[in-house]
Amino acid sequence: MNERVENHPILGKAKHGKELTIYFNGNPISAYEGEPIAASLAAAGIKVFRYTSKNKEPRGIFCAIGQCTDCVMTVNGVPNVRTCVTLVKPGMRIETQKGLGKWKKKV
Amino acid sequence: MEKESIKKEVVVVGGGPAGLSGAIEAAKAGARVTLIDENDRAGGQLFKQIHRFFGSSEHKAGIRGYDIGKQLLQEAKDLDVEVMLNTVVWGIFKNGLLGIKRENKTEILVAKRILIATGASENPLSFPGWTLPGVMGAGAAQTMINLHRVLPGRKIVMVGSGNVGLIVSYQLLQAGAEVLVIVEVLPRIGGYLVHAAKIRRMGVPVLTSHTILKAEGKNEVEKVVIAKVDKKFKPIKGSEKKLKADLVCLAVGLEPLAELCWMAGCRFFYSRILGGFVPLHNKNMQTSIPHLYVAGDVSGVEEASTAMEEGKLAGIAMTESLGYISHQEAKKKKNVIQERLLALRQGPFGEERNQEKEKIYEIF
Ligand SMILES: Cc1cc2nc3c(=O)[nH]c(=O)nc-3n(C[C@H](O)[C@H](O)[C@H](O)COP(=O)(O)OP(=O)(O)OC[C@H]3O[C@@H](n4cnc5c(N)ncnc54)[C@H](O)[C@@H]3O)c2cc1C
Ligand code: FES
Repeated sequence: MNERVENHPILGKAKHGKELTIYFNGNPISAYEGEPIAASLAAAGIKVFRYTSKNKEPRGIFCAIGQCTDCVMTVNGVPNVRTCVTLVKPGMRIETQKGLGKWKKKV
Repeated sequence: MEKESIKKEVVVVGGGPAGLSGAIEAAKAGARVTLIDENDRAGGQLFKQIHRFFGSSEHKAGIRGYDIGKQLLQEAKDLDVEVMLNTVVWGIFKNGLLGIKRENKTEILVAKRILIATGASENPLSFPGWTLPGVMGAGAAQTMINLHRVLPGRKIVMVGSGNVGLIVSYQLLQAGAEVLVIVEVLPRIGGYLVHAAKIRRMGVPVLTSHTILKAEGKNEVEKVVIAKVDKKFKPIKGSEKKLKADLVCLAVGLEPLAELCWMAGCRFFYSRILGGFVPLHNKNMQTSIPHLYVAGDVSGVEEASTAMEEGKLAGIAMTESLGYISHQEAKKKKNVIQERLLALRQGPFGEERNQEKEKIYEIF
């Protein structure tokens, strides 16, 4: 699935950064340097970013500008990262977060 | 706290059209200005706006939003405005102290004058299924398509027919999505009729007296139920329609983003017409806290054109109070701007906003 808007009647052709690979629940996904994690995931058609702690309800992008925290995920072992304002890095491991998430990395 | 703080003269919080215009005006008068925005680029809402703006040529109408943002930013830089991006202002305290955070570091600034131009945030709307992935603010969808160049959905139901709903629908079409319908709970279209006409010509029905009843789907939006409403906004039984859709965009209004003003202890006024609670202010855009000024959507949700004029007013008033320009000169400049604001606040929507603003000046 590719949801990218490559050609646009006003903005023209998309200018992408360098192509790189990130991992969503272990699966490789292609991303472009300079874009937030949420954009790469949405481009791959992924909509569910986490499940709430109490009722296990799915959540995804809601505000896209870092205000609502609906899009938080576990990134490189660190939970509660707002993926709509965090840029991708090569090899990043992104996981669907369950509830408040668990720290997998010692800091 | 005051001892370790970094001294500034004029600090502007928010780099949208209001903040940029205020910073430019204050810098022109000779003040040292620092402009802070949480994003990695200045321009505020303008950066998502790819349509030609409505308004008069003085207000850069006909120019696309993102180009206006670029022009203003360049002007600010040419005037040596210090621009701090990726920086959040998290608090405003007594005596001109501001708490900021950048690169995970907290710093305290102290300013002689502060202009709060933080804009507005999108209102949510609750209905069964509103928290499902695939329900998002219209502004969020706009950020995804115009900035990130990714479609967050392909079959869309837009809720709300104000200018935001109409314009974002048009932009979703331009990005290659299908807008199934725009529903509007009121019996009339909220935005400018030229925008509505354009959308209808492209085959998108705009249904007034209609609302969204629910969004359904296991893990994400798969179906959306809309229905007609009666005069009391109650859904009419039997009028329900189920649509196959994967995205619901909410364009049900904006609310002034005034947290910092609450924190600082400003007095407020509730105005439905201006989007909710707005900090009380006078014609100088000064709040009930004398060194604190407001401009743009935070002082009442309007348009980029009015935001720019209000920003200029604040810029002039701040530098006047600091002694950079004489009262006479300031008065002359402010009168010209007030006239332009009056011209902008005309027509059915503008007139209402004008009356509301007058009320606020009076209470102040
Ligand atoms: C879809 C759409 C179409 C529009 N079309 C038009 C049009 O054609 N013509 C027109 O005149 N107007 C139009 N508008 C309205 C116009 O964009 C807004 O009225 C205008 O941008 C308001 O300017 P502002 O400077 O008050 O706020 P904003 O542009 O919202 O800027 C505020 C800035 O402050 C930042 N900020 C907020 N809080 C903090 C903080 N604590 N620390 C640091 N930074 C912070 C924000 O991130 C943002 O960058 C449109 C709006 C939308 C949504
Ligand atoms: S979608 Fe709201 S914080 Fe990311």
